[in-house]
Amino acid sequence: MNLVRNPVVLYGGILAASVAAPLVFPDYTFQFTVLWVMILFALTWDMLGGQMGYNSLGNIFFFGAGMYICAIIQIGLYYDVAEYTAASGEIKVDISAPEYFTGLALGVIAAALLNTVFAAIFGWIVFGLRGPYFAIGTLGVALAAGELTGAWQYVGGGGGVALPVYPGEPDERALFFYGLCFIMAAITFFTLKKVYSGRFGLAINAIRDDEAKAEGMGIHTNRYKTIGWAISAFFLGISGALFGNMIGFIEPLEVAFPTVTFGIFMVVMCLLGGKGTLWGPVIGATLFHAFKEVTWTYMLGWQWVALGALIIILVVFFQQGVVGWIQEKWPEKFGIVVDDKLAASGPELDDKPRRSEAAQ
Amino acid sequence: MTAMIEVREVTKAFGGVVANNRISLDVPAGRVTGLIGPNGSGKTTLFNSIVGFHPIDGGSIKFEDVEISDLQVQQIARRGLLRTFQQTRIYSKMNCVDNMLISVPHRHQTYRDMFALYPPEVTDRAEQLLDFVGLYSKRKLIAGNLSFGQQKLLEFAMALMNEPKVLLLDEPTAGINPTLINGLIDRLRRAATELGVTLFVIEHNMPVIMSLADNIYCLANGRLLAHGTPDEIQNDERVINAYLGGHYMVDE
Repeated sequence: MNLVRNPVVLYGGILAASVAAPLVFPDYTFQFTVLWVMILFALTWDMLGGQMGYNSLGNIFFFGAGMYICAIIQIGLYYDVAEYTAASGEIKVDISAPEYFTGLALGVIAAALLNTVFAAIFGWIVFGLRGPYFAIGTLGVALAAGELTGAWQYVGGGGGVALPVYPGEPDERALFFYGLCFIMAAITFFTLKKVYSGRFGLAINAIRDDEAKAEGMGIHTNRYKTIGWAISAFFLGISGALFGNMIGFIEPLEVAFPTVTFGIFMVVMCLLGGKGTLWGPVIGATLFHAFKEVTWTYMLGWQWVALGALIIILVVFFQQGVVGWIQEKWPEKFGIVVDDKLAASGPELDDKPRRSEAAQ
Repeated sequence: MTAMIEVREVTKAFGGVVANNRISLDVPAGRVTGLIGPNGSGKTTLFNSIVGFHPIDGGSIKFEDVEISDLQVQQIARRGLLRTFQQTRIYSKMNCVDNMLISVPHRHQTYRDMFALYPPEVTDRAEQLLDFVGLYSKRKLIAGNLSFGQQKLLEFAMALMNEPKVLLLDEPTAGINPTLINGLIDRLRRAATELGVTLFVIEHNMPVIMSLADNIYCLANGRLLAHGTPDEIQNDERVINAYLGGHYMVDE
């Protein structure tokens, strides 16, 4: 336990394993990349769903929005987007390596920044909703986004759009996106770790526990909620931009706005790992991804049944998740203790005469 | 004696029920003011009106000579007018220290502060106040696992952490056992004298409010029935008939 708590051992070990994984198992590089995207999904979902108590079913909106924003920038820098999509593959993308990386970098930045603007706009609309109404309201946003994009011919409509091709070997390409997704997941993790450690973390926890009380204490609740969502959207936008490029071809319903797959997986991963904790989403995403790959490989045809069974078991028997369960089992490891040294003079409020009382 | 809160002709109705009917009262600075009355007489409604929990139908509420009846709950709280709840409300999944830390005043908070860590003096103050209410040894426990009485003390400490100018307490001793009550009264009094917080207290425990308050208002059926010192209130015929009951005599 102490060894695990040593940050050098912990983070060093994860770093070493992450660098080694695609080199030792090159056949699984794509799966490892998806794992980092899943971890990023879980971390960003948990910021609202776990730490703030706002269960969003529409976070996948930011993933898809980031993907399309990046695509428009990447193509639009060198071609007319409408002509390009209208030709549906007739125009072969022929750009140099520097042009490709410039487009990708600008696309990722635009995806991140525009998404924070979207988060502010949608936050203003949906944060008036509470509980199940918020969940359904956000779900509506994500579903509508998928349908609207499908009808938007400029970006290829329901037929989708092919992205510029990576200038290099397939193996190199796989490692490139693996590295980017790993770095983004790590940046997301450490950003959230930093954010949760100060006033922001406590404020969103307070909103989760009792929003009316938080308002009554003067906390700027709307400000915290909107900024929290914007941070989530920022990283989700980047993950969408990278994921789209990794797949190479994007279309609205299955790739960009997969509400019933990735959109639900985000929630399940947090429940599995323990929502409202920093490590819960990371552990949950890893376990879930392993579970999913195993069932999708060995139980093909029954994989959705297995997934459904997992969700039911989680919700009925294991609501606290892995980290929540460990915390319940060994609270003292998390510092949840009565201070014994002081317990003797502690909480019993017997009426000892005090000077101030004697004075009146 | 300046009034921190000036309530003038405040009326609030829910459907056909007039919960507050043209109520006027003053809460003087630096004192403890009591508010008593039978159940359903409109005490909590008046508190809710003052802190901006719901809009009022008529009248005026001033805090430090500024009209606040059209402000939001958060804006009023940031001005230094705070209330505790009859049904104790704390952040139940956070530990006691965190409950205290997030209760710092939000009056001049900037965007930069939102991501700042807590300076040591703030953490120290949180621990001092937890010590003040006798919860220091339990500071690392999850607040929702404390007993009801301890949660009430925590809520009181959180309110003090917010450095309010005026604190509205809704039945601070309800549900607390008699030995704890003495400790709590002592702390309420010290909050007023040592920390200079003006208190406005709803209370059903007559010995408590009579010894604590400098002056008391009594409501009945949504109207102001009487106002005076504890002695005057105890001997007021109308108060005895409406609330205390004919057989109530403190002196015996």
